[in-house]
Amino acid sequence: MISANLPALQVIIPLLAAPLAFLLRKPRLVWPFALLATILTVLTSIGLLQQVLDEGVISYAMGGWSPPWGIEYRVDAANAYVALIVSAMGAIVMFYAGTSIRHELPEHKQTLFHVAYLLCLAGLLGITVTGDAFNVFVFLEVSSLSTYIMVSLGANRRALTATFQYLIMGTLGATFILIGVGLMYVMTGTLNMVDLAQRLPEVADSRTIYSAFAFVTVGVCLKLALFPLHGWLPNAYAYAPSVATAFVASTATKVAIYVLLRFVLTIFGVTFSFNTMPLGYILMVLAVIAILIPSTVAIYQSNVKRLFAYSSVGQVGYIILGISFGTVLGVSAGLLHIFNHALTKGALFLALGCLYYRTGSVHLDAFRGLGKTMPWTMAAIVVGGLGLVGVPLTAGFISKWYLVMAALEQGYWPLAAVALAGSLLAAIYLWKLVELAYFQQPDSDAAQIREAPLSLLVPTLLVTASTIYFGINTDLTVGVATVAAETLIGGVR
Amino acid sequence: MSTILGLYNYWIVVLLMMTGFYIVIAHGNLIKKVIGLNIFQTSVIIMYISMGKVRDGAPPILTEGVTLFSNPLPHVLMLTAIVVGVATTALALSLVVRINEAYGSIEEEDIHTQEKSS
Amino acid sequence: MVNLIDIVLMGLLLITAFAVVRMRDLFAIVMLFSIYSLVSASFFVNLDAVDVALTEAAVGAGISTVLMLGTLAMTRRYEERRPRHAPLLPLFIVAVTGAALIYGTLDMPHFADPQAPIHQHVAPRYIEQSGTEIGIPNIVASILASYRGFDTLGETAVVFTAGLGVLTLLGRFGRREELSDGRSMYHDMILRVIGKALVPLMLLFALYVQFHGELGPGGGFQAGVVAAAAFILYSIVFGWDRAQKIISPFVLNIMMASGVTLYALVGVGGMLLGGEFLNYNVLGSYPAGGQHLGIFLVELGVGITVAAVMLSIYFDFAARVAVRKMEAR
Repeated sequence: MISANLPALQVIIPLLAAPLAFLLRKPRLVWPFALLATILTVLTSIGLLQQVLDEGVISYAMGGWSPPWGIEYRVDAANAYVALIVSAMGAIVMFYAGTSIRHELPEHKQTLFHVAYLLCLAGLLGITVTGDAFNVFVFLEVSSLSTYIMVSLGANRRALTATFQYLIMGTLGATFILIGVGLMYVMTGTLNMVDLAQRLPEVADSRTIYSAFAFVTVGVCLKLALFPLHGWLPNAYAYAPSVATAFVASTATKVAIYVLLRFVLTIFGVTFSFNTMPLGYILMVLAVIAILIPSTVAIYQSNVKRLFAYSSVGQVGYIILGISFGTVLGVSAGLLHIFNHALTKGALFLALGCLYYRTGSVHLDAFRGLGKTMPWTMAAIVVGGLGLVGVPLTAGFISKWYLVMAALEQGYWPLAAVALAGSLLAAIYLWKLVELAYFQQPDSDAAQIREAPLSLLVPTLLVTASTIYFGINTDLTVGVATVAAETLIGGVR
Repeated sequence: MSTILGLYNYWIVVLLMMTGFYIVIAHGNLIKKVIGLNIFQTSVIIMYISMGKVRDGAPPILTEGVTLFSNPLPHVLMLTAIVVGVATTALALSLVVRINEAYGSIEEEDIHTQEKSS
Repeated sequence: MVNLIDIVLMGLLLITAFAVVRMRDLFAIVMLFSIYSLVSASFFVNLDAVDVALTEAAVGAGISTVLMLGTLAMTRRYEERRPRHAPLLPLFIVAVTGAALIYGTLDMPHFADPQAPIHQHVAPRYIEQSGTEIGIPNIVASILASYRGFDTLGETAVVFTAGLGVLTLLGRFGRREELSDGRSMYHDMILRVIGKALVPLMLLFALYVQFHGELGPGGGFQAGVVAAAAFILYSIVFGWDRAQKIISPFVLNIMMASGVTLYALVGVGGMLLGGEFLNYNVLGSYPAGGQHLGIFLVELGVGITVAAVMLSIYFDFAARVAVRKMEAR
């Protein structure tokens, strides 16, 4: 019975856990309960991915009503893969959150944070596993609203303005998606993704569908922070509590990218998106700018969380660049980088959280002499940074490699050069940190700092180690990414 | 001409949407932004409901003797959209209250200036 | 005739929207927004969307307006006059977006065309079969609670999240200091008398809307909002500290979470009895009976959560006003 209902359980477990956690009230009870929920969620994702790889696409009819009259949950290699990333990071960061949140938030807010976290997890998974276009909107709002709550709990008052800006831009994006889905609905009469994919080709040559495509893409690009729609990201990441940044940075934009792929490749289809509409070229141009400019801005940041936030905008550029080629190799490179960047950025923000726990600051000055006072934390940051640069043996290298190969396959030599230029920029901001940490002495009061506690350090090092593990053993990630890319590009049978 | 008659409903809705959108991005007062966002969202709801109307149809409640109904599916979708809208508004307004307490102002420019100097 | 009403209502909407752009008095703007919402609700009735009209009136002209007024009470009334440099970039963005939308409407089926694609596919089954498959007259309720019931679960989760969010930002979760707000309208006899008369009627109406929602317009959301409005009215007239003695924030918190949990558990029940999540057919001895039970429970869950969240949000705003007054003394 459980295995037959895995797709539903994937979302139900965190969704039901949230109000139950709320009823428990006391943080001492809430955190273990939430942790249990996230662990069950990961186990479900693993089971789901296994099922998809063994049996092929899974179709689950919510409420027993077959699509397109009911809502369908449709799981293939692409979304099972993304769901696994989301739930795995969800569990690891939740373990870390036990200590981190106790330290950063007043007691009466801790329960509220954990409940919001579970809702966010449920929302993100709901977006990933669904096969209904309107259902995407509903769960997008669940995840967005709960993210706003988490970000707003940051200590600095700027967390409030960052959340407000995020809210405005996020709601505009979601409303654009709603408009786009409405336009698609009015021409086809259906909301089910597979049904849409089958009915759109007849009406694809209408101005309404062109317009629908534009609105959906712009709306989703706002959510994934593609340049120039990335304005909400740096401040939201910088001023949110450490746990919120670590979780959101490794999941929210990745799920948005998945939504883009689902709409552009599965629903509209490769031919329409890349041949009829100039999506490939537009994405390519924006991706190149995203790789170069935000990475440069990152170099000048003195708030290290903000630095890595701008770095995230750049890394999204890499993923979009891969997707803009519209080929199996390009899309797999993009999917690979989704996985690898989730791990790398997750590790980095977890490490920054360790730093914040001990020093109360994420300013560059706090890095002085960190190599001595907090060796493990700094080591995690260095390894993460190397992953951003794309040094061999890190996961980041694998995705960059595939990206360059995809570019060369199309004959786009200059783009390969752009990818390498981005690595160079990342190396510069990494060097800034390394120089401060290892080649300078800590300040007198900073010299007292000890290493971070194990409850924070272990998850951080676990995720960091995995960035190296998946840099060496690529069978799982490359294998699944390629199957997923083929499924997406192949369209709906 | 028949195109205009058949579509003017939608064009007016687009005008309403753009008014709301304009208020959100052009005005600096935070409360006005929230109201603009609401107008934008409500207009999208009007658009969907307009799509569902059937000439000479009845409200979609099964009744004796009625055979032609307006389409119930957009209605269901928009019920959800209304609820999502009020949820967003409630959160946005709470943020405005807190921002006002923290910065003493709800004008975007004032807040920017304060943030740059601190 | 329908067209004439159509044009008049749209004209009102346009005038209201433009006025909001131009005005600087935020209090007037909030009132205009309330009018916008109410006119939209009338417009929806004209377009046969009766459930949507009920919800929009209750939520837009009711709850949203109350919250905006509450925010105004804690901030300031007037938008500040800024030096007028032409907002070229916003105008440009809006123009481009508007043009793209109008371009998109050009190939759309004409307004109210019965032959439009959306009336040929998917919707006919709801209209033709819901009477037998589910057995309730309100087709919108059938779709909302059963066919697309999972969307509604998500929507209830959104409501819960909103309640959680306002509680986080403004509320006093876990803190039990006594606050009292001397401000109430108790001294005004007219308000007191009318308030006392209206509150029980509103609660009765809420119950009616909740349980009659299968047969006519109505359902969990509308009922929850009206019930909350009844308590908000009581709270405004008699003081929110007295209202909180009747329903305390603690009880509201439990109700908020219970509604969503009930909804999800009905779904789990379906799974345990061998069907899919939220399959109601298996809940009863015959499918339509199961549907009735499922829809009843699910709408109840929605009503409980919505009522609790709306009232909780109001209390959070009211508490914040009181806190500020205390600190000002």
